[in-house]
Amino acid sequence: MAALNAKKLREDFPILKRLVRGKPLAYLDNAATTQKPRQVIKYLTDFYENHNANVHRGVHTLSEESTNMAEVTRTKLAKFVGSEKAETLIFTRNATESINLVAHAWARKFLKAGDIVLSTEMEHHSNIVPWQLLAAERGIVLKFVPVELDGTLDLAKVKAMLAEGPKLFTFTALSNAIGTVNPVHELIALGKSAGATIHVDACQWAPHKTMDLKAWGADFVSFSAHKMLGPTGIGVLWGREELLEAMDPFLGGGDMISRVTLEKSTWNALPYKFEAGTPNYADQAAFGPALDYLTAVGLENVSAHEHALAEKTRGILEAEGMMVLGPTDPAKRSGVVSFNVPGLHPHDVGTAFDLEGVAVRVGHHCCQPLMHKLQCGGTARASFYLYNDESDVEAFGRALKRTLDFFRVKPKAGVR
Amino acid sequence: MEGDAELQDLYREVLLDYFRSSTRKGKCDPADLRAHGINPVCGDELEITAVLKDGKVEKLRYAGHGCVISQASAAMMAEALEGADIVKAKALVAAFKKLMLENGDVKGLPPELEQLASLEGVRKFPLRVKCATLGWNTVMQGFEVTKS
Repeated sequence: MAALNAKKLREDFPILKRLVRGKPLAYLDNAATTQKPRQVIKYLTDFYENHNANVHRGVHTLSEESTNMAEVTRTKLAKFVGSEKAETLIFTRNATESINLVAHAWARKFLKAGDIVLSTEMEHHSNIVPWQLLAAERGIVLKFVPVELDGTLDLAKVKAMLAEGPKLFTFTALSNAIGTVNPVHELIALGKSAGATIHVDACQWAPHKTMDLKAWGADFVSFSAHKMLGPTGIGVLWGREELLEAMDPFLGGGDMISRVTLEKSTWNALPYKFEAGTPNYADQAAFGPALDYLTAVGLENVSAHEHALAEKTRGILEAEGMMVLGPTDPAKRSGVVSFNVPGLHPHDVGTAFDLEGVAVRVGHHCCQPLMHKLQCGGTARASFYLYNDESDVEAFGRALKRTLDFFRVKPKAGVR
Repeated sequence: MEGDAELQDLYREVLLDYFRSSTRKGKCDPADLRAHGINPVCGDELEITAVLKDGKVEKLRYAGHGCVISQASAAMMAEALEGADIVKAKALVAAFKKLMLENGDVKGLPPELEQLASLEGVRKFPLRVKCATLGWNTVMQGFEVTKS
């Protein structure tokens, strides 16, 4: 394996040099957002300093440059995720908006009262709430595949619920809260053979694992740039072309029209039909160098590297008798380690870790139903990325020891 | 624990004692005041119940799961408000919130809130201030709807 040289990559990330509460930063909150390499930051600055103008419509030089710089990202992204066409990739504000776009522009048009939308108990709130809103508005029936206590989905239960004939099956490829890697191919295939339209929440997949949209065969896939070295404010929705064509626009306004009279309007071609108003074109442009960066490092290297660090961290936690959530089988785990210190609230854990310069996320991770199912109010979560290295795992170990010493936690052996 | 001055500054011994104490944990049943508070940051929920009699807080209990700071703060609050008349109780809530939110001086705290000075270290962690004020905001909601 062309091993990833994290020590070298770290030099590209200016923020990793800073101190937090007097300690070197160990940034382990990558599932929430990743840090940005110099290449992305410089590109964004250069964009504003030298090329900024509103995109499309303009015939002047700057507008042409900025349009090209924004659009080249779409082409790069198509290659990165294996989309046959760039036009079927729509830029939104974030993945939440992408899912809402599907709920509004597809589901509202094609689903009727009594139709089933099937999801899972593992979802982020952003893949639950839009469907609840739709259920309340349109009488759609929302159902959830239960999560097993080890944080996995039981395919037999998935099959049984798909047999009820849901019109839409919407699920996460990889759990943000506990790091379970779902069998995406199988879930899509099962959903397809049951006749459901498939939406995959790939927010935690796209930054870490290669995604071949052609091979996946889903109908909609959402993810966001800021979790993959890119700027904030850029979400992505990929859609199957015929579905996107059949849908009505999500938002109305500039850029999304072909022709407007006072009586009626016709819609612009894909992807612009779904990109109303001035888009976030500068960040869209700066997402390009993030994709270049990930391509150069190689996602297989990224996932192998972070998986190894996460497993090492899990080892430290389990040796101390801490509760680690999610599957025990390393093959079903990602670079996310979600844990609890027995008798201690995740917030207290998070604050103690912060004093050691270790940034972990604490709380329900926008997955309250999952937390409820796993019988905890929340967890502390360490999530790794390509620039993390052994020093971060060591800092994690120090922070854990400090927490246990201070709060005099005496874990019970074998607690899970 | 010795030597960890940073953690000790935030989690003072008296705070940990209140956190571990179960003296005022639980529910009043029947209750004259009942309020439910949620800290949206962590999803923690706290239920405050109280028996009010002759314009006084006769008994106050807190129930729910939370961090050291929110639970200790609720425990100290229950202790401070029990026995106070309602007008006084509301003033104590205001005084505590002033300490936490407006960086009030601990020396200016009313004697009933003496123990609450142990929460001053929390102010260095702005996100944790919500943990400290959860119980107090909840009881205030309770007073507002109880109208006695």
